[in-house]
Amino acid sequence: MGVMSTVSSGQHTRPMCYLLLLMILQLGLHTAEGVWPLPQTLISSTERFHLSPQAFYFGYGRQSAAQQGCSVLDAAFKRYFALIFPDYTSGRWNLFSDKNEKDGTLPFNVDKQFTVEVSVDHNDCDGYPNESSSERYNLSVFSGRASLKAVTVWGALRGLESFSQLVYQDDFGSYFVNKTDIKDFPRFQFRGILLDTSRHYLPVQAILKTLDAMAYSKFNVFHWHIVDDPSFPYQSRTFPDLSSKGAFHPMTHIYTQSDVRRVISHARMRGIRVLPEFDSPGHTKSWGKGQPDLLTPCYKGGIPSGTFGPINPALPSTYHFMATLFKEVSVVFPDSYIHLGGDEVDFSCWKSNPYVRAFMQKMGFGSDFTKLEAFYMENIVNITSALNKTSIVWQDVFDYHERIPKDTVLHIWKGTPASYYAELSRMTKAGMRVVLAAPWYINHISYGQDWHNYYTVQPLNFSGTEEQKKLVIGGEVCMWGEYVDATNLTPRLWPRASAAAERLWSDEKQTSNVDMAFPRLQDFRCKLVRRGIQAEPLYVGHCKQEYQGI
Amino acid sequence: MKLRPSCLLIKLRLISGSCDFAASTNMLLLLKFAVLLLTLGLCQGNRQPNILVEDVEDVEPAFEPSRFGSLWPLPQKVKISQDSFKLGSSFRIVDGKGSSAGSSCNILQNAYRRYYEYIFGGAKRQGLGKNRRSAPSELTELRVYITSADSECDGYPSVKSDESYDLSVVQPFAVLRAPKVWGALHGLETFSQLVYEDEYGAKSINATAISDFPRFAHRGILLDTSRHFLPVKVILANLETMAMNKFNVFHWHIVDDPSFPYLSRTFPQLSQQGSYHPYTHVYTPADVKMVIEFARLRGIRVVPEFDTPGHTQSWGKGQPDLLTPCYSGATPSGTFGPVNPILNTTYDFMAQFFKEISSVFPDGYVHLGGDEVDFTCWKSNPDIQKFMDAQGFGKDYSKLESFYIQKLLNIVTTTKKGYIIWQEVFDNGVTLKPDTVVHVWIGSGTNEEMSKVTAAGYTTILSAPWYLDYISIGQDWRNYYKVEPLNFNGTEKQKALVIGGEACLWGEFVDATNLTPRLWPRASAVGERLWSSKDVTDLNDAFNRLSVHRCRMVERGIPAEPLFYSYCPREYKGL
Repeated sequence: MGVMSTVSSGQHTRPMCYLLLLMILQLGLHTAEGVWPLPQTLISSTERFHLSPQAFYFGYGRQSAAQQGCSVLDAAFKRYFALIFPDYTSGRWNLFSDKNEKDGTLPFNVDKQFTVEVSVDHNDCDGYPNESSSERYNLSVFSGRASLKAVTVWGALRGLESFSQLVYQDDFGSYFVNKTDIKDFPRFQFRGILLDTSRHYLPVQAILKTLDAMAYSKFNVFHWHIVDDPSFPYQSRTFPDLSSKGAFHPMTHIYTQSDVRRVISHARMRGIRVLPEFDSPGHTKSWGKGQPDLLTPCYKGGIPSGTFGPINPALPSTYHFMATLFKEVSVVFPDSYIHLGGDEVDFSCWKSNPYVRAFMQKMGFGSDFTKLEAFYMENIVNITSALNKTSIVWQDVFDYHERIPKDTVLHIWKGTPASYYAELSRMTKAGMRVVLAAPWYINHISYGQDWHNYYTVQPLNFSGTEEQKKLVIGGEVCMWGEYVDATNLTPRLWPRASAAAERLWSDEKQTSNVDMAFPRLQDFRCKLVRRGIQAEPLYVGHCKQEYQGI
Repeated sequence: MKLRPSCLLIKLRLISGSCDFAASTNMLLLLKFAVLLLTLGLCQGNRQPNILVEDVEDVEPAFEPSRFGSLWPLPQKVKISQDSFKLGSSFRIVDGKGSSAGSSCNILQNAYRRYYEYIFGGAKRQGLGKNRRSAPSELTELRVYITSADSECDGYPSVKSDESYDLSVVQPFAVLRAPKVWGALHGLETFSQLVYEDEYGAKSINATAISDFPRFAHRGILLDTSRHFLPVKVILANLETMAMNKFNVFHWHIVDDPSFPYLSRTFPQLSQQGSYHPYTHVYTPADVKMVIEFARLRGIRVVPEFDTPGHTQSWGKGQPDLLTPCYSGATPSGTFGPVNPILNTTYDFMAQFFKEISSVFPDGYVHLGGDEVDFTCWKSNPDIQKFMDAQGFGKDYSKLESFYIQKLLNIVTTTKKGYIIWQEVFDNGVTLKPDTVVHVWIGSGTNEEMSKVTAAGYTTILSAPWYLDYISIGQDWRNYYKVEPLNFNGTEKQKALVIGGEACLWGEFVDATNLTPRLWPRASAVGERLWSSKDVTDLNDAFNRLSVHRCRMVERGIPAEPLFYSYCPREYKGL
């Protein structure tokens, strides 16, 4: 392929990768390398088995703790059937092999039968994934059957995703899977995506679609930055004025309780936790519209200026309100974490307010407003602790308040690699658990293959003991909403976020080379497009089935 | 036209984390210009470490309704009064009596229907009958008059087309007058932009007088269908959006190194061998026809580009001996370079090929490329070296390039087409016809180049500041907007030779998945620069109008991305 190497402009030249990609596409080297993110261990052979949608079944293993009727897996079988056989439309298929074998009702018996037999150790079909859920699975593909074994249904979901990615079509449209053996588990427990529904409202459909794509990349936490300064779309049962006054529009730009339930349920079915963030005391402009006296009145020349600052930490009513709100939130959102924000608090308004200053004196904070901020956050953390929830906060809170309760999770968002490595060292040395987001601010776009930057992050490359490194529980891709809404969210997120997904799931040694990753990620992005996810191209090239929307 | 090192020289600034919210929900309903409600605030930087934002020397604008409503691009002369009329259920767009275009004029009849649907949101509210009496403040008709003897209804737009129009919205009939259908199309778009919903959701319009014409005749968008194949549907959607922004040239960069999707009747092997896939990733003659007609109905020219002698790797697959064999030492290396300029067969092929192109594409111009020719392969080839010696070119390969281009231009001249070429062809001193259009794309020394090209008496179009494939976080539309195309040293006569510009969306990182939101509304900024008067430069007013215009595009089904945090009353539903 001299194609790219003769293009004169250096910035467009990536001949090696292109060559590799074409080899894979043209020679049909469909190996288990087709799984993204790369499994921990994977052995595959060139021996391949034909799959026919008319003779393909999912079933439960005899020893499995979950059996037919398991909501999570039953739904997953249905979903993955369509993902494995995207061309299959006649609809004449059945889920459970046992039944069909006994009944002998199969219309097409010419094809050799293939069964994916799923076994799990725990029947957690009706539960929610949580911070300690095992996602480990073993998948073996033999002639006529595949065996998928997992501790939990969540692990089984990950295995089904891998299986679906192993199946490929030849030039004549026939489906095949190679003999394969996978033993897999995630490197990090917490693999998140943040969506910001305050700066732009995202229709529920956009969120659900993102959850689908998250499952394809084995993400397991949806961090819902649901409210912020610009708008308050969460419709609270207890305080309906928050959204009726604080949303962009009180009828069309809100998340009703049933919307929220739908998101949580859709996420659960895909093994994804929904982590809500109600960021305070800063980033709360929109709260003030529906909750009088919550925000601090700013003063100018001895009188209120009419503008408002962060939440007013000097009033008891504030804590009463927050306790009531978080009580609701803790019931609505089943996850054991609640994100409390705590970032970027501007002190100028607090400083201007005589009552806040008087409170500072009374509390003995002097003129150190970080103490006031720490006081506020401590109160909020206590509220969530009382609700048996784990607090997660942005790094600012640790930076100004190192005595934060030990079970709080810290979220790093700032800085260059040097500075976030230093922060990782400090935090883990203090015994705190940490989630790293700083290298994955994916709302920052630039020309070229910036996925390289997300891929080559080394989250544990900071100085610290093995014990310290275990405290890094994962990472998160953040898509802040200043420039993003339903029109451009999906192509901006995918497949760039998938690069981070492999970093968070796979073994770093096996996945450190971007040139090796390139053809695999190209291939994966075409799979996403085939599945209806509007994932943008990495570079020049094509997919067999291009995106059919606009 | 791909290498643009200097265009990335941008001012950088670290955004602070401060956040200043300036909501402006209050005045919206009072102002009747706005079609759509929009709330925008002023906020910079949320948890954004090390954000480098392009050129933020000006304060970020806070949204407030413009006195020009949501008009985009801003017409040359606008007068909007406070008197408003309702568009009732019996509202119709009709041919004016005595118009030179009648009911057989497809362009207009299709446009009436299109704009009726845009105005009423597709939900057709049929009137109960013509006898219904109109309310006192109701606008019942928009009457469209084509005022010159030849409406050009059945023709194609050209660089010389008259696109002017006058629009008068008074009771009970609004009147749109244009010499040609092309102006009428723009007038219909403008009319649709004047319509807004009052607080009860009723369609309303203010008494308005507009007199309008474009500042530049050539207002183009380049799409690249070689680096990624774009399904026809995507091309059509962008033609539709171009019309909403009064663009009038679709520069179809149809083939290039990576793939050759154009299905040639004369040389079917070109796409058979050179496309990504010979059936799914090609443009058949019917596809091309459809694109051209769809464009014509919207007053848009389709200018195809068949770039040679460089950027032709994909041509070589289906046309043996067309490309130069590269040598490694004394033997062919198996790779190929630019088109082989020393063989007669090359010119026979080009003559046949461009004969086909000239009949398939009705526009008066064809873009011949001519950019970025890499000489290393030519240098390696002993036959080429011999030819160079025989021609007395010495070691100057740009002379060989000129030799090729010269012969190609002569070929194309026989097809009665004018041609557009990238600036290198001019720079290399190739003899050009007086009506040649030189396309300036290189980001450094752009003004000097514009001076030189126009001093030599050639017409020119500008793309250098408008490479929309370059992206960054922030409101980069402002940079496109601030460009002044005539900001170079030259006489008035020279400046008159600048016939327009093009926004280019090269395809390295763009396909159907992300093209539309990446192009719109950023290209809209270029659209206004090329249409509106030179003194329309107020960034705040532009932000206010463009914010609503972008929501209008969203409402019309185009996923145009947001300018900044905000909302549209009807968010994008096309997921």
